[in-house]
Amino acid sequence: MLAVRGLSKAYGAKQVLDGVDLDLAQGESLVVIGGSGTGKSVLLRCILGLETPDAGSILWQGRPLAGQRAAFMDRFGMLFQNAALFDSLPVWRNVAFRLLRTMPKAQARALAIEKLARVGLRPEVAELYPAELSGGMRKRAGLARAIAADPQVIFFDEPTTGLDPIRAAAINALIRGIVDETGAAAITITHDMSSVRSVADRVALLDRGRVRWQGAVAAMDTAGDAHLRDFVAGGTGR
Amino acid sequence: MNPVRLTGRAAIGLTRTTGRVAIFAARGLGRVWQHPAELARQVMQIGWLSLPVVGLTALFTGAALALQIHSGGQRFQAGDVVPAIVAIGMVRELGPVLGGLMVAARVASAIAAELGTMRVTEQIDALVTLSTDPMGWLVSPRLWAALLCVPVLVGVGDVIGIMGGWLIGVNALGFNSAIYLSNSWAYLESWDVVSGLLKGAVFGLIVALSGCWCGMTAAGGAAGVGRATTNAVVAASVGILAANFALTGLFF
Repeated sequence: MLAVRGLSKAYGAKQVLDGVDLDLAQGESLVVIGGSGTGKSVLLRCILGLETPDAGSILWQGRPLAGQRAAFMDRFGMLFQNAALFDSLPVWRNVAFRLLRTMPKAQARALAIEKLARVGLRPEVAELYPAELSGGMRKRAGLARAIAADPQVIFFDEPTTGLDPIRAAAINALIRGIVDETGAAAITITHDMSSVRSVADRVALLDRGRVRWQGAVAAMDTAGDAHLRDFVAGGTGR
Repeated sequence: MNPVRLTGRAAIGLTRTTGRVAIFAARGLGRVWQHPAELARQVMQIGWLSLPVVGLTALFTGAALALQIHSGGQRFQAGDVVPAIVAIGMVRELGPVLGGLMVAARVASAIAAELGTMRVTEQIDALVTLSTDPMGWLVSPRLWAALLCVPVLVGVGDVIGIMGGWLIGVNALGFNSAIYLSNSWAYLESWDVVSGLLKGAVFGLIVALSGCWCGMTAAGGAAGVGRATTNAVVAASVGILAANFALTGLFF
């Protein structure tokens, strides 16, 4: 469904991505792990067109994404690291932001409240502003916005950063549930190993701008790659 | 480093930035009427809510100008020209410039802080992922609102400034009310008013452009937003004064 081929990106002398190859199948949940500064966020930004890669290509349904970006974006949702809700809009308008262009206000609002309920937020939250929400509620509202238009592709950028373990587990369960329910393809970037185990079908380890290891989440613990073993052990606190 | 090389590098940097800002402005202005509700919200924010500060500035400026002209004019028996000088001074120069500077202080900083915060908290990236062009949603309504509202603010400020002069003239300087008002209009030409309003439109664009550019290019967290806000106010203020000089030379 989505394929990344030979993607490279440098900032000055620093080579952040150095020929990344990745594939994402329909309905698959791929988790990209790696230490800080290994290019995980840059990879997502290049796919979204927020950064221009120096080399390589991104294909969506077998054709270059650049020529069909508007169509891709219409079928896309994203949960940002800090939710990135619009401060000037109440929660329901944030969730219904895309819907308001294609349906009447009352219908969009009803759908937004339905999506908020799906992520465990009460209808009263709809009228609040993002500044009035806790960190966990903001993540949930961001998740509701990401799934509001029933996307085919969803990106989750560090979905559990800044949350306590209980709330992080709840967000992981929500992500896994949404991916299973909707059949959407998902890419999650994280360095939280509990997220990896909860969310992933397949895992890719990014190191020095390259995919160092990739495989099924079950194969992660028995993989021979030393860096992956260190990463997994560090991530689980062993 | 070689001073010639330094100068050349600075000149290239300035030219490059000027070109980028010009393209940014053209892209912003080109996306007119994409989001009318957002434009209406910005008209309220930039126009309506700036009215008190612009009005008070004009009132005190007109009153002070009347006192100054009366005091200075008496040295060569020209105290009677207070109404005409206040009117011409307000509509041609002080109304647009001081009004523009007050809007710069209030609006350029607010735009830069808001857009800068949106930039560093990924809200602008979120707009892109929601199939919304940030230039059309954020920049265009602010540019057009300032372009349309500041001339109106200048016009209102002109009237309030002249009234400030009239208040002082009648209550403190011994002018007859009807004669003061009659003399105010007698020497005023339509081009005086129109040129001031045109200045207001240019100043409005400078204010919003400074705020939008500095906000949209902000980077580096809270400190970056702080720098963007400061730069926006400085750029808008200097831009207004430089544009005022150029337009005054062009118009008169």
